[in-house]
Amino acid sequence: MSVGTNSIGKPVSRIDGPAKVTGRAKYAAEFSAPGLAYGVVVSSVVAKGRIISIDRSAALAVPGVIEVFAHDNRPSLPSSHEKYTDQVAAPGSPFRPLYDGEILFSGQPVALVVAEELEIARFAASLVDIRYETEEAVTDLDTQIDQAFEPPEKRAPDWDPPARGDVDSALSRSPTRIRTEYRTPVEHHNPMETFGSTAVWNDGRLTVYDKTQGAPNCQEYLCSVFGLAKDKVRVLSPYVGGAFGAGLRPNYQLFMAALAAIGLKRSVRVTLTRQQMFTLGYRPQTLQTLTLGAENDGRLVAVKHDAIANTSRFEDYQEPTVVWSGALYSCDHSTVTSRLARLDLFTPCDMRAPGGAVGMYALESAMDELSYAVGVDPLELRLKNYSERDQNKNRPISSKALKDCYLQGAERFGWSKRRPEPRSMREGRELIGYGMATGIWSAFFVPTSARAILAPDGTLEIACATADIGTGTYTILAQIGAEMLGLPLDKVIVKIGDSDLPSAPVEGGSWTAASAGSAVVEACKGIRKELLKHASAINSSPLQGVDVADVTIVDGQIRMTSDPSRAMPLSEVVMGLKEPIRSEVSAAPDERALEEYSHYAHSAVFAEVRLDEELGMLRVARVVSAVAAGRILNPKTARSQILGAVVGGIGMALHEETVIDHRYGRFMNHNLAEYHVPVHADVHAIDVIFVDEQEHRLNPLGVKGVGEIGIVGTAAAIANAVFHATGVRVRDLPITIDKLLELRQPTSNHAA
Amino acid sequence: MIDFDYVRANDVGDALSQITKHQAAKFIAGGTNLIDLMKEDVEQPTRLIDITGLPLNEIHETQTGGLKIGALVPNSDLAYDERITQRYPLLSSAILAGASPQLRNMASTGGNLLQRTRCLYFYDTATPCNKRSPGSGCGAAEGFNRMNAILGWSKSCIAVHPSDMCVALSALDAVVHVSSAKGDRAINSTDFHRLPGDTPEIDTNLARDEIITAVELPSEKFARHYSYLKIRDRLSYAFALVSVAAALKIEEGAITCARVALGGVAHKPWRVPAAEQSLVGELADRKAFSSAADIILQGAIGFAHNRFKIELARRAIVRALEQAAAGTPQSQSVKVIV
Repeated sequence: MSVGTNSIGKPVSRIDGPAKVTGRAKYAAEFSAPGLAYGVVVSSVVAKGRIISIDRSAALAVPGVIEVFAHDNRPSLPSSHEKYTDQVAAPGSPFRPLYDGEILFSGQPVALVVAEELEIARFAASLVDIRYETEEAVTDLDTQIDQAFEPPEKRAPDWDPPARGDVDSALSRSPTRIRTEYRTPVEHHNPMETFGSTAVWNDGRLTVYDKTQGAPNCQEYLCSVFGLAKDKVRVLSPYVGGAFGAGLRPNYQLFMAALAAIGLKRSVRVTLTRQQMFTLGYRPQTLQTLTLGAENDGRLVAVKHDAIANTSRFEDYQEPTVVWSGALYSCDHSTVTSRLARLDLFTPCDMRAPGGAVGMYALESAMDELSYAVGVDPLELRLKNYSERDQNKNRPISSKALKDCYLQGAERFGWSKRRPEPRSMREGRELIGYGMATGIWSAFFVPTSARAILAPDGTLEIACATADIGTGTYTILAQIGAEMLGLPLDKVIVKIGDSDLPSAPVEGGSWTAASAGSAVVEACKGIRKELLKHASAINSSPLQGVDVADVTIVDGQIRMTSDPSRAMPLSEVVMGLKEPIRSEVSAAPDERALEEYSHYAHSAVFAEVRLDEELGMLRVARVVSAVAAGRILNPKTARSQILGAVVGGIGMALHEETVIDHRYGRFMNHNLAEYHVPVHADVHAIDVIFVDEQEHRLNPLGVKGVGEIGIVGTAAAIANAVFHATGVRVRDLPITIDKLLELRQPTSNHAA
Repeated sequence: MIDFDYVRANDVGDALSQITKHQAAKFIAGGTNLIDLMKEDVEQPTRLIDITGLPLNEIHETQTGGLKIGALVPNSDLAYDERITQRYPLLSSAILAGASPQLRNMASTGGNLLQRTRCLYFYDTATPCNKRSPGSGCGAAEGFNRMNAILGWSKSCIAVHPSDMCVALSALDAVVHVSSAKGDRAINSTDFHRLPGDTPEIDTNLARDEIITAVELPSEKFARHYSYLKIRDRLSYAFALVSVAAALKIEEGAITCARVALGGVAHKPWRVPAAEQSLVGELADRKAFSSAADIILQGAIGFAHNRFKIELARRAIVRALEQAAAGTPQSQSVKVIV
């Protein structure tokens, strides 16, 4: 079967754009229902201990207050932690909201005030008087290093590859050795849209509009927690105002809205405040040690990477932090290990290339340090250690155009103008630094179902439960449908974000284009087959006897590919349909391709920083991100993804950090004025290159997915540029003015 | 957020009589700070008296050659008013260094003077704060105090005043006009905000039953040699780690008048007359600026996370004075520092 190019690969603007900018696109907390009540969550002000009393009398006395739910009066809930698990849960015992009076983290939801109006609920929430018995909370990772442990149950076995060679003896005979420690702080996702759920109660059926990256995941969660049959619960997430991973797991506002709706038998909406967004999952803090051994020419002999990250008391959250250090560069001896330490905080949650963003910051910083130690240009060093194979698994990589990323990125950036010595480039008062780093991220294909329906009026409806969190999923699925059936884009309707639709995994890991996209391809193949059948059945059809594999549908024509003279108008066939053609399929990767090959997207990131050294004022003047991610379905939305990810990388390098006051076990900068993400003034030129990369094994589209690959490596490229500019190596993100001034030791940013 | 009443005031007299009648009432103009604080239960007024209808939104010439700015003139209007940009560019620059365009559109001149601190502990009712809850203790002194004071703090409070506009007003020796049922009075901007002492809950010397009606700029404009330099963790929409309003008069290379006010370092915009005096008669060079900076920062003491601000302030003072002397003020739109 041939696929033309009428839509895939074109820089199509988002098809959901007009709905979003005109306000027609409705988000979870914008849906309403007759008799809707409003819930406001009361958050624990202590980090550890238990509730000894709840006085709700003042709250209940406020006219319009319906109920104050807490652990002491909630409807029946299952005790088994397992009932609260979800598709993305880490090993352990998932949090059970309002289950009992135990306080596990500061900001824990402890009560829900439901009222006739939001303002009433909010006021009454301030009147709920909760007394706690407090215990000392431990939130300082530095004090828990001795307690770090290897999690007994792995979230994914691949993330901790076995050691190869003999790293210690290889290190001891390496002519050049460096051992460095890096720190990354807690970060919160902070999507613009805060979490909200509107639970619509309709005679024993629950329809919930939720901000989530996985409507089916939330549906399963609700069924499990509240003991409801699947056909009694529907979760919809038609539009999601950003998530960055924060919406992968069901968040507690969903639980609260459902609990209140079930308990009161009426519709309830629960939204979180910006401050409460800091009581959800977050990127964990990491302490990482990198040890590299190399020949004098820079060829790696040994790589050792150890990471300690925090988790909660109740779940062993893990992320792929060290796996890349074993996989990426050609090296015979490697040991990578990751450990966890428990803190009295909520469980971390996948955020913007979880593990990869922080682990590659450490590896690529260490590689930069090695480049100075051996006197080899940082880019040259990467090329010297280039590997065509996945070093962890010693197997081929399905496609790897990283070398092109390096070369095209360097060319676009003007890397050759870099002078090797630190502090050697300057303009006026500003020191200038050039830095680069490699990015790598897994290319996934997760089994996904989709349905396609071609109606006699020539419209194609694509349906899949997946979500569009602002990435462009609506648009690329429409493009794929249009492409497959030779239709104009405006004839394709995309329905997603609904647990009633064909099942999909959570939208995450940058796998949606490959996974949902492949499902749509397969569904449309079914339609093509039927179409050809109908076309062949028409009297004196030129397509009689033609095999579907030899058919192209393009420009409104169904054609025999090998003999284009045999063609007929698509409209003629479609109009002849007596009823819509339906095709629903489940798409899954070729297991052999998964076993025999590794699948990665790659990037090379180049950054220029400029620093006013006297004042410590730093800006990222330019970033070039050259990405190899297989086929790019839509260069416009894909570029937009990388732009956003690079901005995320700038934030990670220079701004983002959630600070904890360990005395209270509490995140302190819990608002967008004090939790800094880059603003326009911090973001200068970003140049995105998609290098040509032919991928044939992972999925029928040849897509690897973009998004997260744009952040991996970016923080390291910036940190490396800072070193090149200043000769100061800040190994503790974010790189802030105080650290640049070297006026205080960059060991900890946290309260004493 | 508590339940509250909302009423409108018809004129200044009405506003004053209403605020006198209701002890837990507050005026609201732009609300850019007050509403945030109410949402967090930091401020709990039982009544809001909306003063946006009061006729206080014009800028007038004064008989002494200055300008009188109505308390309700929005920050944006003020920053872009030609009389301000031409005659008092330091004030325009300082306003534009603060907040975001949206906030500046809403925020009023009088409200900007009454901005409350951004200290993390003041904002979080789960933690102690003497300013928010007198007697509860200071969470910041031994907590996360990166943004806190290095000058003029007390044992009970190490918060800083967050406004940029007020730093310029202080440098310009502006005068705050206030009214109460007892009559009108004028407060020098340098005396308007106060140090925390043992009563950090009181930010300013404005009495509870007074209303700000105008801010008056004197005739001295410093239109030629000025700069507002703000050092912060990101290049916009961030509060100052340190900011400097510098204004000079220079004749034949020698300084004849100098003003230096610091933001982000104390409970009020920080001015040290002796330092300004030390510059008079000196050549406008780095040496003189460094000496002045030393005088300004005498007695500065930092905390675990903000000690760097002492040296940073020293450098920022020197740079701002250099920018002012050179007639190359810091641009607030092009964020590169010159």
